[in-house]
Amino acid sequence: MDTILSIQNIVKVYPNGVVANKGISFDIKKNTIHALVGENGAGKTTLMKILFGIEKPQEGKIIYKGKEVRFKSPLDAIKNGIGMVHQHLMLAPDLTVAENLTLGIEPRKWKIFLDTKKAVDIAKKITKEFGMEVPLSKKVRDLPIGVRQRVEILKALLRNAELLILDEPTAVLTPQETESLFKTLKDLKKHGKTIIFISHKLKEVKEIADEVTVIRDGKVIATKDAAELTEHQIAELMVGREIKFERIAPSPKVGKPLLSVKNLRYVNKENVEVLKGISFEVKAGEILGVAGVEGNGQTELVEILTGLRKPLSGSVVINGEEMSGKTPRAIREKGVSHIPEDRMKNGVAEAASIKENIIVDRYYKSPFSKGILVDWKYVTKYVNEIIKKFNVLAPSADAPISALSGGNIQKVVVARELSMNPSVIIADQPVRGIDVGSEELVHKFLKDARDKGSAIFLVSADLDEVLELSSRIIVIYNGEIVARFDDVENLTGKDLGPYMLGVKREV
Amino acid sequence: MEKFILKYFNMIRTIIAIIIGVLISVLVIFIISKSPGDSLRYFLTGPFMTRSRIGNLFETATPILFGGLAVSIPFQAAQFNIGQEGEIYLGAALGTAFALSFHFPVFMYAVMVLIFAGLVGAGWGYIPGILKAKWKVDELVSSLMLNYVAYFFGLYMINYHFRDKKAGFLVSYELPKATWLKQFVPGTRIHLGIILALVFAILVYYFLYHTKLGYEIRMTGFNLHFAKYGGINTFKVIVLSQVIGGFIAGVGGMVEVMGIHHRFNWQMSPGYGWDGIVVAIIGHNHPILIIFASLFLAYLRVGGQVLNLLSDVPSEMVTVIESIIILLITAEAFLSQWKYRITVKEAAAKEVKNEPAA
Repeated sequence: MDTILSIQNIVKVYPNGVVANKGISFDIKKNTIHALVGENGAGKTTLMKILFGIEKPQEGKIIYKGKEVRFKSPLDAIKNGIGMVHQHLMLAPDLTVAENLTLGIEPRKWKIFLDTKKAVDIAKKITKEFGMEVPLSKKVRDLPIGVRQRVEILKALLRNAELLILDEPTAVLTPQETESLFKTLKDLKKHGKTIIFISHKLKEVKEIADEVTVIRDGKVIATKDAAELTEHQIAELMVGREIKFERIAPSPKVGKPLLSVKNLRYVNKENVEVLKGISFEVKAGEILGVAGVEGNGQTELVEILTGLRKPLSGSVVINGEEMSGKTPRAIREKGVSHIPEDRMKNGVAEAASIKENIIVDRYYKSPFSKGILVDWKYVTKYVNEIIKKFNVLAPSADAPISALSGGNIQKVVVARELSMNPSVIIADQPVRGIDVGSEELVHKFLKDARDKGSAIFLVSADLDEVLELSSRIIVIYNGEIVARFDDVENLTGKDLGPYMLGVKREV
Repeated sequence: MEKFILKYFNMIRTIIAIIIGVLISVLVIFIISKSPGDSLRYFLTGPFMTRSRIGNLFETATPILFGGLAVSIPFQAAQFNIGQEGEIYLGAALGTAFALSFHFPVFMYAVMVLIFAGLVGAGWGYIPGILKAKWKVDELVSSLMLNYVAYFFGLYMINYHFRDKKAGFLVSYELPKATWLKQFVPGTRIHLGIILALVFAILVYYFLYHTKLGYEIRMTGFNLHFAKYGGINTFKVIVLSQVIGGFIAGVGGMVEVMGIHHRFNWQMSPGYGWDGIVVAIIGHNHPILIIFASLFLAYLRVGGQVLNLLSDVPSEMVTVIESIIILLITAEAFLSQWKYRITVKEAAAKEVKNEPAA
């Protein structure tokens, strides 16, 4: 088989000094599905951005179809037949599918006016050619995420893409949607396309890929036939050591409810009812996991629980006291801690030092301050201890957050949130985008907190994480709880999928 | 060396910007002056040549320093209140009115007047603050507009109610002697105000970096979402940062009247608020650095006056230099490629070091 793309010795250094790619080389054969796997932060996305003309490398060559290429922009890459489906889809939500497909290459009447009829024809032709069904006249905002992704793939195909890059396409999909995506990808291979599939879900890689390239810490560890490797072997190549993947031991003792939510409702600015009467309880010593596709009300729910948003109605009782609509500080004073969904937005002040970041919820209390003055001497000593306890790799307590890696930033957040012995922990995507080492640590810290009697409310888009940690699971869909599982022993992702999609409901 | 550059990158960049700005002005002087050598000498060494000019340097720096400190507090909270010009003007005008209307024992007269002027400035800072916190009115716009209100209101109060008709100029009555700030260096007009300004700079430094409220202000400025999430009352921070900044501006305006003129004589707004923004930017909103930035700006100003007086170069040149320096300092991308190259080199060196020996 011919090589369509050859990546040779790519080196990329970001302006903040992070070396994302340290001399990456591998070949991709024409008409194959090539999986690129590696932990978060290994350098996969950076490499693909270079390939697609978004970033420029410091060193190295890209040979595409026998010629050395240097893409100045994504437009350049598209012209050369490379298409990319980003993790966060790049579609115009208010345009129809046909309009999105022809965006930028729209057919015109008299060179000025949009020819909508012709646009639909063009769109129809391409969907027929590849046998991919999409509702052409519907607005993109009304489509489920799996269908939107199909639109994005068609968009690339319509621009004659021969090489398709899919950046973690299954991260936002349910198991059922993933299956349908894989069928599409196999069909595309039959049509002679080459696909680069980025993922860190190994089951999927095994299922779909012909070849696998493993990247760790910015370097290629191996490129092999997928058939030659087991899931377990790929995982070990990714992490560089042996790993275990299993549910954590059940909690030694479950106590009385520390967080109970009753009939919580919330209507957003666009007048959409985002939460439609949510009720649940989290008891001391247990982890309640929330499964659900992102954007079904989880963000709003968490912000209401932590005081960042006010609910329309309903009650939130923490430690026996009604706290709905109270300020974040009042809620924190009741022993609630919050690991936020987006650590860079809420979790830290990037330009501030680690110690300034650690004390944001306690600087006003003794012994962190005396009278009107912050006691920096004490704070420095205290923060140094915390950094050590939570394994934060940092030059000193005075280093700015911006000097740390993603995993260590998250450890700073977790360290702050777990170091005051919270009675209730709201953990929203606690390990998103961090390396496996840090992930294991964060999970261990959460488990320890649970065993010490904290009530943990865990929201995650990663089903494996929910299944691994939770004592009980609820599924949220479209602002409602549609299923509750008190016995999670034999539960799998497949069981939860239909509820997450809203196909099935139990409650 | 490279590590040093990365660590002090901002400071080095500021210094290079200043050097380039001065070089460009030297170039301009060479182009427009008939005897460029002399002009250059007047401009660069002029401010140190006589006792009174050295005095001028510190006199000029005093109100600029007050202005810079007043700007630094809201700026550190990321509240872009630029109403210091109005706060200074109104603080001085109403402070003068207050000093002329009420009488206090000698030992506390000056202090009472300064406190009153500060409160006027604080009140003037409260308006954009509360508008922003309550109704999300952009403080940049509201504070800018309030400058005009402050100017005309202050002018009205002085010209219609406290004007000294015997003076022959549009000025207020002379302030009672007890409120005058002592000029303590013979042969200059350097007055107690400079000591007060330095004390304020140190106080503002302690306030921002060592008090709870200062911490809240800085965290809010770094990341408003983070501050809210951590439980900081950002509503209070948004209002108070502008109120405290206003207080300092009000005091600064009155200090100038009490130290130099001894009566209110600003028919035009004096521009110390704008100068304050300039030095706050040069000093990265850090009170101690602002001291040096104020002295530097004063040096340029006095040099400009000397130039104007003794050579054929107009003092407007100084404004050109100032603008070039500010442009270079505020341009984030200026020298960033240089920093990037060093970063890449450093990172590459580190990688090689960490490679296990073959």
